[in-house]
Amino acid sequence: MARTWQPTRILGKGPWSLLPAQTWSVLTDFVIFAGGLSVFYVIVVLARTWFGPFNPHVEISRDPTKLPMYAAYSLLRITVAYILSLAFTLVYGYVAAYNATAERIMIPLLDILQSIPVLSFLPGVMLAMVALFPRHQIGVELGAILLIFTGQVWNMAFSFYSSLKSIPRDMREAAQIYRFNWYQRFTQFELPYAAIGLVWNSMMSVAGGWFFLMACEMFVLGDRDFRLPGLGSYLQTAASAGDTQAILWGIGVMIAVIVLLDQIVWRPVIAWAEKFKMEQVESADAPRSWFLNVVEHSRGLIKLRKRMLRPLGERLAMHFAHQHHAVDEDAPPAAWKVWTGRAIATIAVLAVLYAVSRAIAMLTGLNGMEYRELLTGAGATFLRVLAALVIGAAWTIPAGVVIGFNPKLARIAQPLAQIAASVPATALFPIVLFMLIRIGGGLGFGSIVLLLLGTQWYILFNVIAGAMAIPTDLKEASALFKFTRGQRWRKLILPGIFPYLITGMVTASGGAWNASIVAEYFHLKDKTYTTVGLGATISHATDTGNFDLLLASTIVMAIVVVTVNRLVWRRMYRLAATRYTLDT
Amino acid sequence: MSDSIIQARAVEKYYPQPDGNKIEVIAPTDLDVCPGKIVALLGPSGSGKSTLLRMLTGLSKPSSGEVLWHGKPMDGQIPHVSIVFQSFALFPWLTVLENVEAPMVARGMGAIERHKRALKMIDTVGLDGFETAYPKELSGGMKQRVGFARALVVEPEVLFMDEPFSALDVLTAENLRSELLELWMNKKMPTTAIFVVTHNIEEAVLLADRVIVLGRNPGRIRSDFEIDIPQFRDRKSPRFLAYVDYIYKTLTRPDEEASVPGKAAQPGDAKQRERTKFQMLPHARPGGIAGFMELLADRGGRDDLYKLADELAMDVDDLLPIVDASVMLGFAVLHEGDVEITPEGRKFGEADIQMQKQIFREAALKNVAILRLIENTLHAKRDHAIGEEFFRDILDEHFSKDEVERQFETALNWGRYGEIFDYDSGSGRLFHREEADADAVSILGEA
Repeated sequence: MARTWQPTRILGKGPWSLLPAQTWSVLTDFVIFAGGLSVFYVIVVLARTWFGPFNPHVEISRDPTKLPMYAAYSLLRITVAYILSLAFTLVYGYVAAYNATAERIMIPLLDILQSIPVLSFLPGVMLAMVALFPRHQIGVELGAILLIFTGQVWNMAFSFYSSLKSIPRDMREAAQIYRFNWYQRFTQFELPYAAIGLVWNSMMSVAGGWFFLMACEMFVLGDRDFRLPGLGSYLQTAASAGDTQAILWGIGVMIAVIVLLDQIVWRPVIAWAEKFKMEQVESADAPRSWFLNVVEHSRGLIKLRKRMLRPLGERLAMHFAHQHHAVDEDAPPAAWKVWTGRAIATIAVLAVLYAVSRAIAMLTGLNGMEYRELLTGAGATFLRVLAALVIGAAWTIPAGVVIGFNPKLARIAQPLAQIAASVPATALFPIVLFMLIRIGGGLGFGSIVLLLLGTQWYILFNVIAGAMAIPTDLKEASALFKFTRGQRWRKLILPGIFPYLITGMVTASGGAWNASIVAEYFHLKDKTYTTVGLGATISHATDTGNFDLLLASTIVMAIVVVTVNRLVWRRMYRLAATRYTLDT
Repeated sequence: MSDSIIQARAVEKYYPQPDGNKIEVIAPTDLDVCPGKIVALLGPSGSGKSTLLRMLTGLSKPSSGEVLWHGKPMDGQIPHVSIVFQSFALFPWLTVLENVEAPMVARGMGAIERHKRALKMIDTVGLDGFETAYPKELSGGMKQRVGFARALVVEPEVLFMDEPFSALDVLTAENLRSELLELWMNKKMPTTAIFVVTHNIEEAVLLADRVIVLGRNPGRIRSDFEIDIPQFRDRKSPRFLAYVDYIYKTLTRPDEEASVPGKAAQPGDAKQRERTKFQMLPHARPGGIAGFMELLADRGGRDDLYKLADELAMDVDDLLPIVDASVMLGFAVLHEGDVEITPEGRKFGEADIQMQKQIFREAALKNVAILRLIENTLHAKRDHAIGEEFFRDILDEHFSKDEVERQFETALNWGRYGEIFDYDSGSGRLFHREEADADAVSILGEA
């Protein structure tokens, strides 16, 4: 009985609505509405400062009582950026999936955009936004939001696109034969089909969003200070001042926010998205969420859904159904539509050509010294990323395998590692740097530690997942044949975790390149710590307003990342997919 | 003919190739669906049954020819029909009720009317009480009941079914089939005609008023006849068996023109087909062929195909490829729906594994063009190796994309089993191990 008990399924139907959950429900209603009200209040307060006058010198207080407010600021930025990303994702994925001409341009473009180091966008975006709203705080805020947006949108868009492309033919034909209109197709089968991929990618994207947010809350461009009140700036201020207590408070709140987000947002969403799984039979260990249970048992929300959302959905469905019948779907598109499409395409092509020609003009302005700096920098950062990956793999593979093979240990270690991983590395940078300086290490090697901080978790998680996925009968067979320890690793464990390891390394490598921009160049206590590297070049060019060099170094980094992806990771992926998959 | 609901006139499906050739999936075909009848479309896999169904329903446009709906061209519109899918194609995130309501939402029907109709139809198909269940909570048979309810609730003029029972186990399929027939005979089905695609011969004879048998490569009508046994039919009756036997005969006579009365083959037709024709490998595994030979030898060397299929509980789709492969390799011959083992086949069935490989190799090189081609090419090349693309390109000219995959896979299976060549999946190269090794040795010797 317990196995099939699914609150989602039987809401308000059958005997379950008679459960003695009623008094409890009033209380939860109260809590939920109070929560909703306070969220609303915070948004209003924050929005007021957004549209308030631009303050070029925000003082960040180290007072822990200010922390909730700072956390709220950071959260709001993340949320707005996420909503933007989602909207963009739906449009981009939809167009790419259904327009064959657009697809040929949009998908390779997505691949390249993914590889561009986001943080190098920061100065351009910030300057543009501040120029757009010179007198309001919203300019800087929008800059930060746009930056987070560019950091999180691509993988979501790609996920949505590939979900749409992989909808089973039968299902598509069913929708066609039953004459689903645009709206019904979207809400009843395209969006649900893509939901699970979208949820997981959203989670990853938002985690990445924290990383960038922490970096851009303390943004300095030459002598201009674009500081934003938030958790990132708090941590950096605290580290600059060497205030250990404030650092601890900051990290504590950071972890609290992330755990809270996990419990109140992601877990419930994952548990809810379970119903969109394309499985034929119900799985036994479906994800659960206490918060989802509470929400679904709240009588107020049930009423809201029954009285408002459902009639609204019905109204919309009927509206689109009647409209659909009125227009002839297969009529050739009107001439004006064709011409607008062509005009937009022409303008886009011209704009791209113009941008490219300007970029080339900028690049020719560089001198020989700067080119040499770019090349040595690229080499140094490449070695650093490599070192971070090797060190990361060296400790996470054995650790991950031990954890993965030991379910008891996994139950304890996994959530801990999850929390550790979810703290954005950029938030910890000032603190780690502060400690490194105390020990007396330079940034040359110190930056490897910083890169490692952000990337090792991806490898660890994937290794754990890979080790757990090795079938028991293979483990038993290797015990039966008395494999030596070396044989066991070579014949069973390493091939078994290979696909997972590669997935982890790809993510880690991308993350490490991006992180190098903040890891190789650092302001702390009015001093600038720097080392040779492409990331340092990007940051330095940003600092001094040398936009030619900034552009060149960004392009170099994008080229290196794309090349490494094509030459190394894509081949490894193919190898993993063909030779080292466990399903036959 | 004027009363036919759907009429296909010389519909043809082909995929044009870059070199100007075209791969023909369905040869020009005439077909009509008339009210009051159950039509079964029967054919082996690769005969384009599903393609034909999709052209009749307006889901796919014919490459040439046209489909008429009540005498008027369809013009890319979906006519008033429904499809029951083999894979059910239910939306797993919608409840049974929501799934059944979905087509009516699309038609803009109000909530109350919609609800009433859906409940009634769910009741008709026997799913009362499961309205709020999700598809994954249901068994396969119940899922297909939802598929039927969803298809029938819009009261389609023609109900199309694409192998509706083949994803179900035998008993469930039997049960669902007889219930379907009962609803139809009692006029409880809100549809005027049923068109069912199947590869199950008994199913076709059991259900249909009219059976159309398709041949393959390219798909074309081999036979089109009425079944004049009153419902409900007895599987063991001699007339029933006579129909089953007749269909087997038609299906296993691949190279003769089907004798459809009143339709003589056009002279230009055969020539064109000749050009596009290429020996098509039946997708059978060498192990399966060996097993079949042993079985046949044990049963006295000759048996009725449908009896074999019945006893082995195999569908035509499973058995025919094995029979075709045995015939192609010269291990068996067909006489009018009977299969008889040849001396070669008997030898093959009784040999030990090494000997079996030897016999298989000889038979394959003698009878299978693509394997001979691979062998010769590898022999001629200095390094005795060649990329798989070479052979894929050859197959590409004759088969559709999916078929190329299957053809290549079968050729690989046969070639590896007969030790004609080796294959490295990592580099995608075919090579001749012994010859390559021998060369390496001789080169070393010279040095």
